[in-house]
Amino acid sequence: MHNKSVAELSRALEQGTVSSVELTRQFLDRIRNEDGKYNSFITVTEDQALADARTADEQRAAGNATPWTGVPFAHKDIFCTNGVRTTCGSKMLANFVPPYDATVTANFRKAGAVCLGKTNMDEFAMGSSNESSHFGPVTNPWGEKRVPGGSSGGSAAAVAARLVPAATATDTGGSIRQPAALCGITGLKPTYGRVSRYGMIAFASSLDQGGTMARTAEDNAMMLNVMAGFDPKDSTSVDREVPDYTATLNEPLKGLKIGLPREYLSDQLSPAMEQQVRDAVKEYEKLGATVKEVSLPHAKLAIAAYYVIAPAEASANLSRFDGVRYGYRCDDPKDLMDLYTRTRAEGFGNEVKRRILVGTYALSAGYFDAYYLKAQKVRRLIQQDFVNAFQEVDVLMSPTSPSPAFIQGEKNTDPVTMYLEDVFTIAINLAGVPAMSVPAGFIDGLPVGLQIIGDYFSEARLLNAAHQFQQVTDWHQREPN
Amino acid sequence: MQWDIVIGLEIHVQLATRTKIFSGSSTAYGAEPNTQANAVDLAMPGTLPVPNEQAFRYAVMFGLAVNAEIERRSVFERKNYFYPDLPKGYQTTQLARPIVGPGYVDIELGNGESKRVRIHHAHLEEDAGKSLHEAIHDSMGHGMTGVDLNRAGTPLIEVVTEPDMNNAEEAVAFAKKLHGIVTSLGICDGDMSQGSMRFDVNISLKPRGSDTLGTRTETKNLNSFRFMEQAIAHEVERQMDILEDGGTITQETRLYNGDRDESRSMRTKEEANDYRYFPCPDLLPVVLDDAFIEEARNSLPELPDTRKARFMDQYGLNDYDAGLLAGDSKLAALFEETVLHGKDAKLSANWILGEFSARLNADEKSVAQAPVDGKQLGNLVARIADNTISSAGAKKVFEALWAGDNGDVDAIIDAKGLKQVSDTGELEKMVDEVLSGMPDQVAQYQNEEDPKKRKKMLGGFMGPLMKASKGQGNPKLFNEILARKLDG
Amino acid sequence: MTISRKDIEKVAVLARIQVDDEQVSALEKDLGNILDLVDQLSAADTESVEPLAHPLDAVQRLRPDEVTETDQRAAFQAIAPATENGLYLAPRVIE
Repeated sequence: MHNKSVAELSRALEQGTVSSVELTRQFLDRIRNEDGKYNSFITVTEDQALADARTADEQRAAGNATPWTGVPFAHKDIFCTNGVRTTCGSKMLANFVPPYDATVTANFRKAGAVCLGKTNMDEFAMGSSNESSHFGPVTNPWGEKRVPGGSSGGSAAAVAARLVPAATATDTGGSIRQPAALCGITGLKPTYGRVSRYGMIAFASSLDQGGTMARTAEDNAMMLNVMAGFDPKDSTSVDREVPDYTATLNEPLKGLKIGLPREYLSDQLSPAMEQQVRDAVKEYEKLGATVKEVSLPHAKLAIAAYYVIAPAEASANLSRFDGVRYGYRCDDPKDLMDLYTRTRAEGFGNEVKRRILVGTYALSAGYFDAYYLKAQKVRRLIQQDFVNAFQEVDVLMSPTSPSPAFIQGEKNTDPVTMYLEDVFTIAINLAGVPAMSVPAGFIDGLPVGLQIIGDYFSEARLLNAAHQFQQVTDWHQREPN
Repeated sequence: MQWDIVIGLEIHVQLATRTKIFSGSSTAYGAEPNTQANAVDLAMPGTLPVPNEQAFRYAVMFGLAVNAEIERRSVFERKNYFYPDLPKGYQTTQLARPIVGPGYVDIELGNGESKRVRIHHAHLEEDAGKSLHEAIHDSMGHGMTGVDLNRAGTPLIEVVTEPDMNNAEEAVAFAKKLHGIVTSLGICDGDMSQGSMRFDVNISLKPRGSDTLGTRTETKNLNSFRFMEQAIAHEVERQMDILEDGGTITQETRLYNGDRDESRSMRTKEEANDYRYFPCPDLLPVVLDDAFIEEARNSLPELPDTRKARFMDQYGLNDYDAGLLAGDSKLAALFEETVLHGKDAKLSANWILGEFSARLNADEKSVAQAPVDGKQLGNLVARIADNTISSAGAKKVFEALWAGDNGDVDAIIDAKGLKQVSDTGELEKMVDEVLSGMPDQVAQYQNEEDPKKRKKMLGGFMGPLMKASKGQGNPKLFNEILARKLDG
Repeated sequence: MTISRKDIEKVAVLARIQVDDEQVSALEKDLGNILDLVDQLSAADTESVEPLAHPLDAVQRLRPDEVTETDQRAAFQAIAPATENGLYLAPRVIE
């Protein structure tokens, strides 16, 4: 059963060929037996999961089932779960048990899904390799010592290793798409505001967006059906109708206009990666799509703008971790300053501290205009690039990451080298548009992802394009051994 | 050297909303610590702010009342600093686009002149919690601060004036005027003892007539008009001493201790925080349309200036009394209730500004806390006006009302036997008896030419008369009868 | 763009993060590299470009002034590092 998709498991539950308790046991066994190799989970909630599975079976028997009732999955450990430890990959929250649910968590509860636990991640979602987690690095199921990408590396590895059929994730600069690509699965970052951020621990508020990870586009659609929607508790959530994302998966792609951003397929891209993208685009042409080159002239400035805006927002968002009301507190503080500075020095890891300091610097007196304001202006230019592009084409396609999964320790000596990992994903967050990563081939036995970018609120169109691709390819079905 | 004093004020006004500015927690005063601090107020991870519409309505009403421009598209910023009573590590406030733009308030001065004080702007922000420094110790015996976050997130408007005031009298007059405006609007309960209004005073001195402003200091968190007056006097003197000794003023924030009349430096400009303001990414721009603003305009109640004019016109009060009564909405309401029952407006005003206010001050009570209401005061005034009781008797009734023994004016008058005798026949009999027993004094009086002395001598008969009437004779009628009989 | 040790120490105080000399040296290099990356921004022509704070051009929704929260002090203080009589405890603040 562990190779089945969410859609298949949902049908099996509906037909009664398997119970939720049986499924839950199977997946919990797999986690217990296999996750030692990957470290993809921080917390496994066995008892709670089995209790929820029993409830789900009762609900099914009573005829109160949703497509998700009894289906196992996992949450990235950034979503607050009432009564279940929520760490955000940090020592700061290593023992934090929130007495409240994130809206996303509550939505899955309401749908009857069975959460098996909380997945590993880069600390406070800051990283592209899952090496900054307080709970240790995650290993990519496709290669020993290979990173799974980040920050949602635990969710990606768990789905790739068939420990869960689906997992929630978040994406601030590529944290869904890049690990999805590196682990050979399908991931979707929705339009900013499509999924509530309430109870999702903030990294950079104007960029963060919750999203989906599973092996198939169809499963991503099923997840988004649960996650998307207006939330009165999130001022930046959008009050806009949520379609049934599974309803349009089978629309034909004839006439789909694909744009290839010149700047993303430059001569700096490795020939092997370029080939994978071009091959994927050929499949789309076979499906009736047309292709043209487009330009995102300011895309090259995206990383620079991002590394002002995201750290600036983070520097304030993470000020609440002060050792006073919850979370880590240093031993025997001798005065208030000591409480603050040692709690935060001991509770945060190096990458988090670096970003807080960069953000603090960028906002400090004398630098605000040159950094923060400038970055916001460049952000508008980048957004305008996308607006312009979507007047010409329906979707944009590019590689998701510049290379497949790299070796642990290879890129974390210099932060900037690591930051360049997000060169193709980061502009999307600045613009706020939705994008997916879809498995599109292999280089040296390691999966690569095709990034499909859409206009605002075009998730249904993206899922449709990904699903159709997955009807004619089987990259997403490949299993790591 | 002669100095000009330059004063500007920053006033924090707590808005009387039911809930906090960014969460649905109650703002009621006096709850057990941290029972009104929910996940958002505590800055729990992942929680987000959602602004309260009423706070915007109140801010707009304030803006309209001080003749200000309303910012149609206002933005919230984060002001970053660490303090235990600031849960998020930043205060959500407005810097670049505050909701209320430039406006003004006219104040009346003791010499009868009025002066315009310009308002630079007023912005919406959240209050911090409270740090309690009582004797709390950890297991190691270290002194600890206790933090109560019930107040955290209470909506405030911070009103910032131009440096248009030149002495303590003007500053206090402005503060009182502002108090009258916000309480009349009903957007603030005005209870300064509970911190509902708090004043920061910016003071600088410059040589008389100079165009250049001196270095200023800011004295923070003054929570009564009296402390404000004292603090200004104290700070002016302190700066003057320094300047006259050839020293220079340090730009700094100071704390004033009203009980000891002392102040000390809290932090200098060099130590000042770098607050790193930037737009709050959890909130979007607030756009107010014409309908919202017009609705607020239509809901504006009568403001002190209009009310004062009406009091003079409708009740025939003098400028001074009308100003005092109209300036405070609760006092104004009490006055009108008193007049409704007591009819005599002038007498009502005298009682409220006299006996009633004196008792409030003595007991340190607000109008709302007073044990005597307008109906009772009105009934009292009516009994004075219709000669049922003398003013001396009325004071006894008032004391009884204040003590709360019995709420009914007539019952008190009966129980205490304060009803005065106003039957002229009976009084005339008493006068005849008393005068017949005092022939010498009568003769002396009648031989006196000087009317002033005669009038004084008339008082000499009152004592025996009051005695004869057991204190219940109507003194006014006694006077009339005496004068008629003796002058006859 | 270089960042000095003094800048780093100042920023670390603002951010309330203790750093030792060795960390300052590492940060000098890392933050210097990050700021070099960020300095690409200065090349962009942003004349007459409005800053963009939010990806969606939306306006703020306002909430009715109704109490929706109940007392949950016990649950919140169960996860607090130090409380007494319902108060959160922090080292004494001297003003």
